[in-house]
Amino acid sequence: MPSDFIGGIRYILENYSPLFIEGIKITLYISLTSTVIGCIVGLIVAVLRLLPINKKDFIVKKVLLRFFQFFLGFYVEFIRGTPMIVQAMFIYYGSKGIGMGWSVLSASIFIVSLNTGAYVAEIMRGGITSVDFGQTEGARAIGMTYIQSMIYVVIPQAFRNSLPAIGNEFVINIKDTSVLNVIALNELFLQAKTISGIHYRTSETFLITAIIYFIMTYTITRLLKYLEYRLDRVPEFSPKDGDINE
Amino acid sequence: MNNQPIINIEHLKKNFGNLEVLKDIDFEINEQEVVCIIGSSGSGKSTLLRCMNLLEEPTSGVIYFNGKDILLGYNINKLRTEIGMVFQQFNLFNNKTVIDNCMIGQIKVLKMNAKEAKEKAIYYLKKVGMLPFKDAKTRQLSGGQKQRVAIARALCMNPKVLLFDEPTSALDPEMVQEVLEVMKNLAKEGLTMVIVTHEMAFARDVADRVVFMDNGVVVEDDKPDVIFTNPKHERTKTFLNRALKHG
Repeated sequence: MPSDFIGGIRYILENYSPLFIEGIKITLYISLTSTVIGCIVGLIVAVLRLLPINKKDFIVKKVLLRFFQFFLGFYVEFIRGTPMIVQAMFIYYGSKGIGMGWSVLSASIFIVSLNTGAYVAEIMRGGITSVDFGQTEGARAIGMTYIQSMIYVVIPQAFRNSLPAIGNEFVINIKDTSVLNVIALNELFLQAKTISGIHYRTSETFLITAIIYFIMTYTITRLLKYLEYRLDRVPEFSPKDGDINE
Repeated sequence: MNNQPIINIEHLKKNFGNLEVLKDIDFEINEQEVVCIIGSSGSGKSTLLRCMNLLEEPTSGVIYFNGKDILLGYNINKLRTEIGMVFQQFNLFNNKTVIDNCMIGQIKVLKMNAKEAKEKAIYYLKKVGMLPFKDAKTRQLSGGQKQRVAIARALCMNPKVLLFDEPTSALDPEMVQEVLEVMKNLAKEGLTMVIVTHEMAFARDVADRVVFMDNGVVVEDDKPDVIFTNPKHERTKTFLNRALKHG
């Protein structure tokens, strides 16, 4: 193995590319899956937390709903208030302790989704409350239920407004998946650690790793910008006077 | 026309906290009638209107719609298809095109199929002169155009009564007429309408009855000629003097 820096980098790339690629695959797989699941979880949590409690409702329903909303609030606060690395250790080894056998992969998806869910719940809550109340009133005034007004009118607008923040969560997940090396998930960081340990060439290995992470996150940021542009683009509209044939 | 009023309000009160916005209102609307409610800001006229489709929940009192008490076990969502509303700020769905705005309620609330809903949407968009814009997004429309679409959206639900909450107050002056024109035509066709408005000339022209509200009570309720030429109450006179001078 060459002793200079550049030579070291070339040597590592030539010999250990498959390991890096394996790490990239796992990292992307976990972060993408968890972002999608987390968005769904977050959206549901946000809507449930904002569900108005009707004074006229049955007392049992009110108590249950209030308790449930308190529980969801606790979930959001607790997850956001503790490091994911600690959660990962606790959940993975804790569940092993009580005899729950699951793979590192599914435990990882669970942990990252749980985290994304908590953050997206807050993002979506902001997104929903920032949609003009007139939109809800317009929907209610034509007879829609609260849930219908949410699904067809408010959430689509809230989602659009939250898209930059949600995209940001995806980028954060790509980077933060690296903490799952503590439960031996062979994502990119763990692969890099393994490679650097073979020849004790830490700086070369991790420069490569940093560049790989940056390429992934930068590409995704660009893609999301393009998506936003596409969503906001309004086609030129010119009314046609004779347009009554349909 | 039947003798029973389509909406009958008795002893209606509405408080916001300690503030009494409506104080013991008695009020009725007959079928095919056009009623304009006038009065200064804060007199409670919009709140009265919003109580009629239960966007505001009355503190006490009774509201009958077709003889049924809407505060007692009446399905609110069904009520709102029967008593439609047009808002000052239009409240068109910003995530939908013009025609989708008119179709979504028919499909999701009235459970009509897409084809029927589309036909009806086209019918009413044509009626308000907005059919050429059916594929436009709401942000591509002017205020007057938005309001005309909002009227079409409300009509698509086949309401028996249509409430208008200051429909022209948010419009630039040159767009007021196009909206009033649409409303005049609806009045001619016999739609029952309750209109909160600051357009005195329009009220005089179109209304069967004009109601003057002040400070949470109905001060005067009479034919437009009487209200505008020979009001009985001092408060009505003062208000009209001011309103007509500036209008």
